Amino acid sequence: MATVGKTQGQEPSTNGQYKVIGTRPIRHDGVDKVTGRARYGGDTRLAGMLPGAMLRSPHAHAKLISVDTSKAEALPGVRAVVTSADLPDATDKIANLGEGSVNLKHLSDNVLAHDRVLYRGHAIAAVAADDIHIAEEAVGLIEVEYELLPPVMNVLDAMKADAPLLHDDIKTNDLGETADQLSNIATHIRFEKGDIEAGFAAADVIVEREFHTATVHQGYIEPHNATALWNADGHITIWMSTQGTFTARQQTAELLDVPVSRVKVVPMEIGGGFGGKISVYLPPVAAILSKKTGRPVQLLMSRTDVFEATGPTSGSTIRVKMGADSKGRITAAEAWMAYEAGAYPGSPVGAGAMCVFACYDVPNGKVDGFDVVVNKPRTNAYRAPGATNAAFATETVVDEICEKLKLDPAEFRINNAAKEGVRRIDGPVFPRVGMIETVEAIRDSEHYQTPLEGKHRGRGFATGFWFNVGLKSTAQATVNSDGTVALIEGSTDIGGSRAGIAMQLAETLGIAAEDVVPTVVDTDSIGYTDVTGGSRVTFATGWAAYLAAKDIQGQLIERAAKIWDCDVAKIDYKDGAVVGPDGKRFTFKEIAAEAQTVGEPVIGRGSADPQEPGGAFGTHLVDVEVDIDTGKVTVLRYTAAQDAGTAIHPAYVEGQIQGGVVQGIGWGLNEEYYYDDKGTMRNSTYLDYRMPTSYDLPMIDTIIVEVPNPGHPYGVRGVGEVPIVPPPAALANAIYNAIGTRMLELPMSPPKLLHEILKQQ
Amino acid sequence: MPTAFIPPALRKLTGDNDRITIEAHTVREAIAELEHKYPGIGARLTADGAIKPGLAVAVDGNVSSQGMLQKLQPDSELHFLPAIGGG
Repeated sequence: MATVGKTQGQEPSTNGQYKVIGTRPIRHDGVDKVTGRARYGGDTRLAGMLPGAMLRSPHAHAKLISVDTSKAEALPGVRAVVTSADLPDATDKIANLGEGSVNLKHLSDNVLAHDRVLYRGHAIAAVAADDIHIAEEAVGLIEVEYELLPPVMNVLDAMKADAPLLHDDIKTNDLGETADQLSNIATHIRFEKGDIEAGFAAADVIVEREFHTATVHQGYIEPHNATALWNADGHITIWMSTQGTFTARQQTAELLDVPVSRVKVVPMEIGGGFGGKISVYLPPVAAILSKKTGRPVQLLMSRTDVFEATGPTSGSTIRVKMGADSKGRITAAEAWMAYEAGAYPGSPVGAGAMCVFACYDVPNGKVDGFDVVVNKPRTNAYRAPGATNAAFATETVVDEICEKLKLDPAEFRINNAAKEGVRRIDGPVFPRVGMIETVEAIRDSEHYQTPLEGKHRGRGFATGFWFNVGLKSTAQATVNSDGTVALIEGSTDIGGSRAGIAMQLAETLGIAAEDVVPTVVDTDSIGYTDVTGGSRVTFATGWAAYLAAKDIQGQLIERAAKIWDCDVAKIDYKDGAVVGPDGKRFTFKEIAAEAQTVGEPVIGRGSADPQEPGGAFGTHLVDVEVDIDTGKVTVLRYTAAQDAGTAIHPAYVEGQIQGGVVQGIGWGLNEEYYYDDKGTMRNSTYLDYRMPTSYDLPMIDTIIVEVPNPGHPYGVRGVGEVPIVPPPAALANAIYNAIGTRMLELPMSPPKLLHEILKQQ
Repeated sequence: MPTAFIPPALRKLTGDNDRITIEAHTVREAIAELEHKYPGIGARLTADGAIKPGLAVAVDGNVSSQGMLQKLQPDSELHFLPAIGGG
């Protein structure tokens, strides 16, 4: 049964079935965060630590003829210089990283360029020196001879038959069948369902449009960093900002060709990631500098380094064609999707292709997707990777169909909604999902029911989907004699997950959230845990914490059986207490104290690899006002409804929704990598790469819908990603509603919108 | 019997059949059976005895972390999908 929280700040109903879940305790790491005592990667200070600096390519595409480091090495104060020659030879091996995989040759080449630079900012060499000024001066002394090559900066240009090629080993792969010719198109994928021609023949209305989206960055506050110590015993320790310590460990070990057990990754607090802190850039380089110098070495990126040299998400071109009958039923849908992968294959076009029509019950469909390399930084994940681009296209076309058929956008979506039993175009059938409930929540909201008035004002509606993932997690919980529990886990905490995981342990044990002390620990201190990504941590690591609590329950029952001298079968764990025969009872605090004196320590362990993450849907409504003289769009009001399954900590669910919406608004209205014709990004600072701030936006209202996930003991669905999916489409639809201008390109920034307005006039 | 849904790129090998019923209790057995019926399909889906990198197998709607070892029920559906990552 679905439940809906009415407005932000009100509790979503969990039907009173939980004591801890659904409450809003203060996060365990809150004091350290607000007092500035939390330690981030850049705060790492080790005895004898050396700073390092990187040489990066000023060119978007060039052959490396020679790299001469002799003058840099001769500079007084320089301790070591590394180039790709210092990296072990990487093979074409594909490493499975749990969530996704990576070609190690490409990864190695991205960390330090071997024979060709493929984007401006591509790392070529690094220096460790007595201070950062010497290191930077030495970088300037490295002499590089380039043979310039023409850059390819756009997906459509890169797909042309005569386009300059980035690689001499990429041929289009079509599910294991490789083309004969070299190409910038690394992969083609296709999905089909039903009879696409018959579907369009049955349509009374067909809308077909082409969309373009710009390259955008995750925009995390904290730049990448790594501090490495390659100890004399061969063990390597990395202190860094990462979304996944074990993934960082594996990548570092693979690139350095050492066993994973030789590498320990220590997670520092993380200032945002959103998918951009999964791939490694600095750790292998810092480690080699440390090996050469015998001292710890720290590398820090600048903001410009982050923009130019770390993975943004794909720019794309998408064509969507959709048909519907006069009753408003979708009869067919077709998409052609080309995503920029950046310098190496690996765009999120697969996920985009699987999401593009996922919100709808499409009887006949076809999707083609292309992964295309261009001379931009190697793309990385960004919240619901690939889905935002796709939703911009689909939801804009749906809006146009609704207009042509004079149908209410909410009712159209409800009538065509994905729901339990609907087969997606990529094949699988949906389990119980909450698409309809999120649309209904918006339809019934005060926002939707309140007419929007005023000149050049408009309202936009859009929905979005993201799969969420499960993957592996570990948790370990130690019962203290004072009735508290020390919880350690391996999921780096980006969005308050420590609190959400601790709450699930507390709920299971029947104790207060404040009585659980959660700590995120390094790779030597906890079992394997996959990345903090894919909206998986509250789901999967929460599940591991639940199992750890059940383990503790079992041990406490055994302990009570020993104390009471009775059969364990006669003892139960209920409401935070061990309950035995004849009215015998220990509260958790009592049995924790007893356990300290009788028998071995009580340590619960949980390891999980859950398979049913439950997909998540979100529906958004936005009101805008357009300044037709400047093209500036002002967001007047925004409401987002999302199915969270069960909201463990509603404040953090709201925070995730609000954060995702704000990033989606930035993506929709302003953000883009602006390149000149030489492939140089011209806006690689936050002054020029315009992200929205609190001054730009109203409060983002949230409605938490709860359609419990049957695949989780508490019904959790991931919440972190889907809120970024609908905003650009919702904004585009609102702009059209305001001034009749249909925007087909992101960002819908003032100059682009003004251009379209003037064309209309 | 379980049903394997054949991706469009592999349908040349299956005579344009998009769904194949197979006698199998695991994904490994299912792919072996497909290979037996349609030679060449196994190499498109697997490498070194595992599902190919970049590819995922979904059983009954959920991407499986068990890969070739994933158990199948008599009414199971198998789908071969792009492996995806989240942010």
